[in-house]
Order: sequence, then structure tokens, then C-alpha cells
Amino acid sequence: MATMVQAERAKVTIKDLKGKVDPDWCPGCGDFGVLAALKQAIVEVGLQPHQVLTVSGIGCSSNLPGYLSTYGMHTLHGRALAVATGAQLANHDLKVVVTGGDGDGYGIGGNHFVHAMRRNVDLTYVVMNNQIYGLTTGQLSPTSLKGMNTKSTPFGSVENPINPLPLAIAAGATYVARGFTGQQKQLVELIKGGLQHRGFALIDTFSPCVTYNHDNTHEFFKQRTRKLEEMGHDPTDFQAAMEQGRLWGETIPIGLFWKREDLPALDQLEPVLDHGGPLAHRPLGIAADTAQALIRELM
Amino acid sequence: MRRIDLAIGIGGAAGQGIATPGDILARIFVRRGLHVNAYNAYQSIIRGGHIFLTLRTSDQPVLSHGDKIDVLMPLNQDTMNRHLKLMRPGSVVLFNSDTIKPGVVPGGVQLCPFSVKALAPSIRGDLVQNTIALAAVLRLIKVEFETLEEILTLQFKRKGAAAVAENVGVARAGYDYAAAHFTAFPFSLPEAGKRLAFFEGNQALAMGGAAAGVRFYCAYPMSPASGVLHWMARHARQLGIMVRQVEDEIGVINMAIGAAHAGCRAMCATSGGGFALMSEALGAAAMMEIPVVCINVQRAGPATGVPTKTEQGDLWQVLGAGQGDYPRIIVAPTNIVDCFKLVPVVFNLVDKFQCPGIILSDLLLSEGRSSIDPAQLDFSVPIDRGEVIGLNGSTPPANGFKRYVVTDSGISPRALPGTPGYAHVVATDEHDEDGVLISDEFTDPHKRQAIHEKRMRKMEGVLPLLPPPQLHGPADARVTLVGWGSTEGVIREAMEQLAEAGIAASTLQVRWLVPLHADAIVAILRACRTVIIVENNYSGQFARYLRAETGVDADGHIRKYDGEPFMPHHIVDGVKAILTGATRLYVPVHEIQV
Repeated sequence: MATMVQAERAKVTIKDLKGKVDPDWCPGCGDFGVLAALKQAIVEVGLQPHQVLTVSGIGCSSNLPGYLSTYGMHTLHGRALAVATGAQLANHDLKVVVTGGDGDGYGIGGNHFVHAMRRNVDLTYVVMNNQIYGLTTGQLSPTSLKGMNTKSTPFGSVENPINPLPLAIAAGATYVARGFTGQQKQLVELIKGGLQHRGFALIDTFSPCVTYNHDNTHEFFKQRTRKLEEMGHDPTDFQAAMEQGRLWGETIPIGLFWKREDLPALDQLEPVLDHGGPLAHRPLGIAADTAQALIRELM
Repeated sequence: MRRIDLAIGIGGAAGQGIATPGDILARIFVRRGLHVNAYNAYQSIIRGGHIFLTLRTSDQPVLSHGDKIDVLMPLNQDTMNRHLKLMRPGSVVLFNSDTIKPGVVPGGVQLCPFSVKALAPSIRGDLVQNTIALAAVLRLIKVEFETLEEILTLQFKRKGAAAVAENVGVARAGYDYAAAHFTAFPFSLPEAGKRLAFFEGNQALAMGGAAAGVRFYCAYPMSPASGVLHWMARHARQLGIMVRQVEDEIGVINMAIGAAHAGCRAMCATSGGGFALMSEALGAAAMMEIPVVCINVQRAGPATGVPTKTEQGDLWQVLGAGQGDYPRIIVAPTNIVDCFKLVPVVFNLVDKFQCPGIILSDLLLSEGRSSIDPAQLDFSVPIDRGEVIGLNGSTPPANGFKRYVVTDSGISPRALPGTPGYAHVVATDEHDEDGVLISDEFTDPHKRQAIHEKRMRKMEGVLPLLPPPQLHGPADARVTLVGWGSTEGVIREAMEQLAEAGIAASTLQVRWLVPLHADAIVAILRACRTVIIVENNYSGQFARYLRAETGVDADGHIRKYDGEPFMPHHIVDGVKAILTGATRLYVPVHEIQV
């Protein structure tokens, strides 16, 4: 029945997904590519705009929900995953997509990042990783490489960057991928895979900042990235996924690193959701006999 | 007239089993229809330290844990040393003479030593003395043994018949020993009528949430708010409530906001430290116009402070939580039943006005326990979700849904994610009626002003829906005691004591803090002769708030910030000191070193 209704609806097109305003990103920003790929993935998966809730934090890339016609939440800096978790559990019929940047997700939101993954919340998390703080005009990010000169590290950063992929695999994410805005077709497939995956999907995406990061440019990644699918990588091989995730140098792998489908998502594990549909749709109020039972406990 | 007014104090180290005899006594009292108020003074320790439970019962409502102890049950030497000197003539001290020595005994105090070795020679374990003392005290107030036998049987049933027989046997020995050797009280515990219920404030808050239709509850453990989490977790599956323990309080409030936006009634509870972490997100809820309820169970601060002690020290934190101006509702329940009844009211308000609601409790209220007529626990409360559109497949406006449409009331109908035709973006950035950001590309000052005024205008609609505070007591009283939140009971009891001492007093207890019925309060207080503000903090947070909002400067202040709640006589002494002109600020010294 649901499939019939689905079929009767007009097929969603890229145009239908256009938001109320156009992006205000700098010309040439990688985030345009992520937005385009996300729209394409939504179209190909066959989701209606109202079935999707796109949640973001704060930063250039977190403006993305405003450029889509889905439901959107533009939350506080670093808090998108926490908000998205609440929304997904409250209405597990929604397809909840989270978008944001490396500072938002891996820096200020780091705690929520780790815990959302260990819980395997059914979220598709697209991180536009540009290895710099853009909206605050060019300071060090958690993924900025050691030695990088930024406004906050004018003599070069002495710190090691975070590597989100092995971190995600170890923390319990069940779909871990890396894309590059210079490889649109692959990026669409990776996001599609994330949308179709039941559990926490991370799609870390190289989305170069043309204004503040002159080290990790489009050209930089074009020369170094190599597709995992062409390297014979098996995304169900944990050891291989960790090893590929750690590679960084003349070859930087992109593609699907890790996927497992045998673990239920958090909402599937929650007995309260076994029957009765999404929590948000259930009637409020307590039956008289239940109320009496609660009072009896106090007597 | 009160037929009885009996306070039992049970003290010992954490882990000595103070809760069980306390629970059994409370159960016996409320089953007879007697009123009970209980306060447990404890420390942030799992084993050791000093815990002192005060359980006060009467045939009339009990407003506070009172001033005196009639029966002291010290379970260790330390408790005896701390409390014996405070016992008054006519009181009784029951103790195990094998291990505890009384020391200097005040006149008129009946010492009731018993030997565990003699009464229960074959039983090992430290809990035996508790059972004997419990049986003895019941004998002293002439409760028939069968009552205790029934409760012990229920309590130990799971451990088998041998355990039941052993405990009932020990209790019998203690009961008979007390009959033979101790002088009973001149009264017997009355039957006061209908059986009452007994619960703590945190349970009341959680049950209020359940009544309101909370479907999503999340928290990070923090004393003294964890009781709400525990109740919710225990009842989650029975009631269909999603309960989550989150990684930190920032995650808590944001998760609740996500669930609330998706359409659930969502609630969370914490104490001051956790609340501090939630501050920014409360503003976010107001900015996105998402209804969410947060309970702050205050404990003594600042910082980690005194985790197991009470204070009303977070008023200014709550008033100032988060950056910028934003609409929100702040309420401080004044007693444990109020905790239950207010939660659904707050949910209806925040749903109607699409803003955060903050319930300001404290340790005294949340971990204090009180008897309650079960008829007062009405779960069939009115539920008003406010203006939610698109639920029944209504046609969205042709020119598109404006989530933040400017209205006279400031309230813009909301649509839940998943509703076809109403897709929109909510944002913590400033936005226009469409939800489109105006903060980045071109900050239109006129749009900013209009949307900010729209949000803030909602507050004007809240105040008329809130009942103004009422003066309690004689209109021409010599002194008017003003309090807020949890101190209602003890202030009213102090008022009764003042009347007995020939000082006519009235009280004004403020419940709704934001918005504040400033005009009504001014009208009341301008007609009062002497205004004294009573609060559990150092700086007079409410006094300063009241002055800021009303211009009313009180004549005197009674403040306590040692971690323990007021006892009635602290307030009485303070009023007397202020009326004689000895001081304008009275800070009582807490007598019992807990």
C-alpha cells in the first residue's frame, strides 16, 4: 500500500529540492558540490522533501539546510547530532540527515559525535571537511594538518589533527565513508548508501575552502585521492578499514571504508518503539487504570 | 488542634540502613491517615559520613520537618554525640548499648538502651539493631505488633520463610523488651482516617510529566535531580516514554529540543551545574520557538558546591541563562503536590507560547517527602498542544507556509516535521517569517526588529494566564514573610508559631517568577506593615529580583546558606530579631552538625 502511494506521488526532482534562497558560499566552495550530491542522492533514493529532516550546527557548511526544501533545523554550534538524535527517536519515520563542518562536528561537537556513533543512531551525517574554520575567517580546525599556518597558528600548528575515519570505526559507526567534492558521482553514491543504511552513517567529505585553506585545495585532493573500490578494498574487513583510514600522503583513499549491517540502530533496540508508531504521533494522557497503578505504588 | 506531633530522627553512617526503618515508619503512619513530612540530611558519600533522617507525623498536615526530635534512633556513636545534646525533656533515645554510649544526658530525656547481644544473640549483622529500635519505638507510641509483623513479612518474603521468621522474632523481642523496660509516650498513635500516599518531590515532578504526556525524557545523572530520571527510567516501558541517559547536559537539552521539535512533549532535569551547560540551548529553543521543559533542582553552589545540600541559589542563573533576550516561563513549585500539578500546566503554557519552560526546584523539595491525599493526584489533566497545523492533512497556504508569521499575539502556528506541504527550516540564527536567515548576507534591521518583537510579544500573553500570588494570613499582620518556591511550608509553620507568640504574621509565597505578577505583588506589599524576605541563599537573590521588578525594598531579610533547610524557629527568631531592630539581616545558625 505504502509503495502504491509512493508511486502515485510525482517523482521528486532536483528542482523540487531547491530551498528558499541560494547558497551564500564563496564562489568555488566545495560545499556547492556536497549540496548538489545530497540533492541527487535524495532524488535517487526517492524521498519526498517532507520526509527528510536536515539538521545542522553552525559554520559555513551548516547553512546547508536553508538551501534545501526539506524540513530543516539550523541548531547551535556543535549540537546538531544531539538535536538530530532526539528528533530521530521522536519520529523514526523521518529520514534524518545531519550536515556540518569539521569544526562543528569534530571540535565543539566531539562529545556528541562519539556518543551518537556508539549508540548507532539512524542518522546520515555528511561532514564538509575543509580543515579550516571558515566562517570565523581562518583559524585552526581539528582536522588542520600539523604545521599548518592559520590566523590562530601563525607560526604553524604543533598539534596532531584528528582522523575522523578510524575514530568513527572504533566508536561504533556502522557506515563510514569519505568523499571528495571533486568526485561527484562517487559522492552521490556514498551519500545514497548512507541514506539507505539503517544506523549511523558518516560521510566525511573533502570540501575545500577556497578562501582560507591554501594547502588542502581542490588540486591537492585531485592529485592524491584514490577510490577504494578501485583498490580492491573490502568494506566489511575491519582491519583493512582501519588501515586505509590511516593512510595519508601521496595516496589518500576515498570511498566506503567500513560497513556492517548486522547491528540494529538505536530506535530498533528501544522497546518503547516496538509498537504504536512514532512517539511524536501517539496520543497524550494516561489511562485511568495506569494512573491508579502509579498512585498505588505510593501507598 | 493537633492530637499528636511526633518527630523521629534516625541517624548513622551511609550504608547503615537508615532508609528501611524510615520507610516502614512512614508507611505505618500514612496507612493510618496520618500526615508525614520527611527530610534526609545526607552527604556525598556511599559508605560512612553522617546521615540523619527526620520523619515527622501528625494527624494534621505537616508543613516542615520541624524544630525538634521526639525520638532519636542513633545507629552509631557519632549520631549519639551529635544529637543527644539537642534532645528536649520528654524525648526518648533508643540505642544499642553494646556499641553506643550516651555521655552527658540532658534533663528529662528518657534513655532507652537495649542490648542486641542479649535480645538477638544468634543473629549476626548490623541491621538487627535497626529492627529492634523500630519495634521499640512502635511500642512506645502503642502501635500493635501485628502492624509491624505484616510489613516485615512483606519486606522479607522474597528472602524466604526463615528470613521472615528471624526478623519478626527479633522485632518481637525488641517490642516486648520496650514494653517491659521503657516508658511509653502518653498517647497512642491515632487512626486519622483515609489512607494517604507518600512520595518525594522528584517523583512528583516525574509523575507530573507523565500526566502531561511527556513522551521523551533525557538526563545526565546529577544530584539531587536524578530521582526524576530514576522514576522515568523505571516506568518508561509501562508508560511509553523514551528515556535516555545522555553524554552531558548540553546533549540532554539539545536532544530534548530535537524530540520536541519532532512533536513529542520533552522534558529534562538537572541541577545547577548541568543547567549552566544547558544555558545556550534554552535560548536556542526560544529562537527556534520549540516548547521544551527543563527542571533545575538547585543544590548548594557555586561549582560542584555541596552536592547533597539544599539552596535557592540559582535564581539569577536561571533568570540570566543564555545570551540575549528571549521568551521563557520560570516557575518555582511551593510544595511537593505543587510539583506534580505544575508540570502539566507548564507544558500547556510552553506549547501555547512555543518557548522553553524552567521549573526551579531544590533539594529540599525534590528529595523531601510528604504525605498526600491520593485524590489530589489527578492524572486526567487538560492537555493543550497550542497551534499545531497540518496534522489532519489541511491544505498548506498557496504562497507557502511561513513558520514565523508575525501575529498580534506573537504566536505563529507550527507544523511538525513529516507533515506534507509545510516543510520549513527553524534556525538559531535570526531569521525572517519564512525561516530564512537574515543574519548572514544582509541583516535587515527592520526585519530583525519585527521578528524579535514578535517573539518577545508572546510574554504579554502569558501573565494573564498565571494566577497572582495571594496573601495568606491576617491582612493587618505585624509582619509579612515573603518567600518563593520550596520554603512555603516552613514559612507557614513559622507564621503559626509567631501567632502563638503574639506576633500576627502573614505570608506571601511567590510561585511564578517569569513572568512576574509585579503589580499584584506591589499592591499586596505596599499595604503590609513590615516585609521580611526569607530565602535559602547568601545574597538575597529573590530580594534583589523583587526590588528590580517592583521597586519594593524589604524591611528585613532572613537568609540561610549553610546547606540545610530552614527550621521554623530559625524564621521565628529572625522575625523577632528584625522587629526589635537588632538587625535587618538575620542569618540563623544551624544547631545540628550534619
